Amino acid sequence: MELTTDILRLATIGSVDDGKSTLIGRLLVDTRQLFDDQLDAVVNASERRGVGDLDLSFVTDGLRAEREQGITIDVAYRYASTPQRKFIIADCPGHVQYTRNMATGASTADLALVVVDVAHGLKEQTRRHLCIAALLGVRGLVVAVNKMDAVHWSSAAFQGVVDEVETVAGELGFDAITCVPTSALLGDNVVDASDHTPWYTGPTVLEALESSDAGAWTNATNGPRLPIQWVLRQPGGGRTYAGMVNGDTLHEGDAVTLLPAGIETTITALNTLHNGADVRAGAGLSIDVALADETDAGRGDMLACAPLPRVTREIAATVCWFGERPLVTGSRLRLKHTTRVTPARIVALDGVVDVATLSVETADELRTNDIGLVQLQTADPLVVDDYRDNRVTGSFVLIDEVTNATVAAGMVGRAAFL
Amino acid sequence: MTLTPLRPQTTTDHLSLLESHAVYILREVAAECERPVLLFSGGKDSAVLLHLAVKAFAPGRLPFPVMHVDTGQNFPEVLAFRDQTVANLGARLVIASVQEAIDRGRVADPGPHGARNRLQTVALLDAIVEHGFDAAFGGARRDEDKARAKERILSFRDAFGQWDPRQQRPELWQLYQGRVNAGEHLRAFPLSDWTELDIWQYIERENVALPPIYFAHEREVIRRDAMWLAVNEFIQPRSGEHVERRLVRYRTVGDATCTGAVESDAVSVEAIVREVATANVSERGATRADDRFSETAMEDRKREGYF
Repeated sequence: MELTTDILRLATIGSVDDGKSTLIGRLLVDTRQLFDDQLDAVVNASERRGVGDLDLSFVTDGLRAEREQGITIDVAYRYASTPQRKFIIADCPGHVQYTRNMATGASTADLALVVVDVAHGLKEQTRRHLCIAALLGVRGLVVAVNKMDAVHWSSAAFQGVVDEVETVAGELGFDAITCVPTSALLGDNVVDASDHTPWYTGPTVLEALESSDAGAWTNATNGPRLPIQWVLRQPGGGRTYAGMVNGDTLHEGDAVTLLPAGIETTITALNTLHNGADVRAGAGLSIDVALADETDAGRGDMLACAPLPRVTREIAATVCWFGERPLVTGSRLRLKHTTRVTPARIVALDGVVDVATLSVETADELRTNDIGLVQLQTADPLVVDDYRDNRVTGSFVLIDEVTNATVAAGMVGRAAFL
Repeated sequence: MTLTPLRPQTTTDHLSLLESHAVYILREVAAECERPVLLFSGGKDSAVLLHLAVKAFAPGRLPFPVMHVDTGQNFPEVLAFRDQTVANLGARLVIASVQEAIDRGRVADPGPHGARNRLQTVALLDAIVEHGFDAAFGGARRDEDKARAKERILSFRDAFGQWDPRQQRPELWQLYQGRVNAGEHLRAFPLSDWTELDIWQYIERENVALPPIYFAHEREVIRRDAMWLAVNEFIQPRSGEHVERRLVRYRTVGDATCTGAVESDAVSVEAIVREVATANVSERGATRADDRFSETAMEDRKREGYF
């Protein structure tokens, strides 16, 4: 059996009722990823709720409340594979009150699959989600301009949405955009090319996904980093340091700096899980390494190659606030960054982002689902890169000190479009 | 049995990425939680999970015990495999016994032929409280069921062990945060993004040992609820049912009263990988009576604190 060679992680984006879940259902059904009993269960559930023969949204809307209300509340993860790659699909909710769940799905995505109702164009909620996806570092978009059957397959209607998408996506700095005229309900241009759109010569949704750049979410423009998770004691007294590589590929023999201490040393041995002793390891691989020099390295420290990350207790960051109570200057929280957890305080609130205009307005507080710019101070030093350079060393979450809930997603620095 | 990979592995193939991600989760939870435990039933998913846990901390010992939630209605081959595996590792085994829960009056006895699947929740939650566990690793996968497809990798459980699918913690990037207050706990699912096929391909690549009932063998079975059920001390033919000898194997392993076999001639891991790649029915659909009670059987059990 051939192994598929890579993994593409994608998240769906779109407003309520534009047909996200239906599109994913169609994609899974038409690529025969669903088992017979799963398809039967969808047919039965559709009949019982009187929504016709087959409501494809029931493929992913698996919770009772979701089926009763006909909405998506939380991310559903579905899996598909073609001979080329494995797909991990995060079908995200469209409602504004579930933005935290959408951000959960988009934070690890290489690509966003955007669904737009051709008759309505880009709704505010879709703009909000595109803005969040751009902030989270998603670079590629596949846009299903959906419900084409309702506008009689009009190429002019399609082009109108394409123009709108390209304007917004351009402002947000997306670099790869593919728009496809679809009917998820009828199956046109999702997996199989449509007879209704002779004027369209581009790829189907599946073809666009198959040719997209995978692994984009771990791509980085700086040197290799290894946040230390765990110290492994070796027989005979030595130690190795375990963690997952991010940024560039790390090699045996690399000169590295242990941070925040600033001690320079060398990787003398590198072990991957699959091969044991190895000469290199790329982003996304869990490894352990031995160092040339005795150090007191431990969890929360980081090994890095030049260009080195910054060591700091003060961070300017962009945050998506999910807490129920507002975030204000002076708020105390816990912050988790790579493998380190430390107390943190908001020392300044520099503004809130208007997602429609992308302007930054002054504000006294961030309310639930607001995106804002803040200055933070931490009790312990952090080893950070700008988020735009590295999605791992540039990201953090904020944790409520009492409930331990995760209340914010934070990105070091400020997106180019803000 | 040593299996040679069909072609050279690159370091970025999907199995290596899934393996690395799972190990990352195991290390994060072990580092952040005070008293984790790994749930081990002897089934293929928990065998893979245990294999990954051993790799994550080698050459050190496993930094947590393993726990079996024992319904008292097991396949004997699976119990033998459990004990052998735990003994080989020198790991500490905790047994959360449904029989004990019945004997102590914690739950009503469903009778000699009743399904005990649902009673596992009580035994599991009692053991978590008794041992003070604040995190339990499980081998559940999101492709198994539509409710599992919704669950976070680190899934928060309140002081009553309940899962609230409407109030899940956001889980951004790979920043798994495992903080809980006293009495609350986490379930951690390192195999969340694995499919049944990934599991079998990984078993093939890593030569992970499994109980023999996963491989095709002849067995006395009866046809009930559109499944082949093994005749044993828990399952006896009712009137109208007749006992046949068939070549079968198990796609999942659970309580012996509600886990069905499938007809198969796959005697090797390689043959099973081929079989799974072309299957038309899902593993739980083919073999689990407990998921057939209602459309949301898994969601309902999970809300109560099930795996």
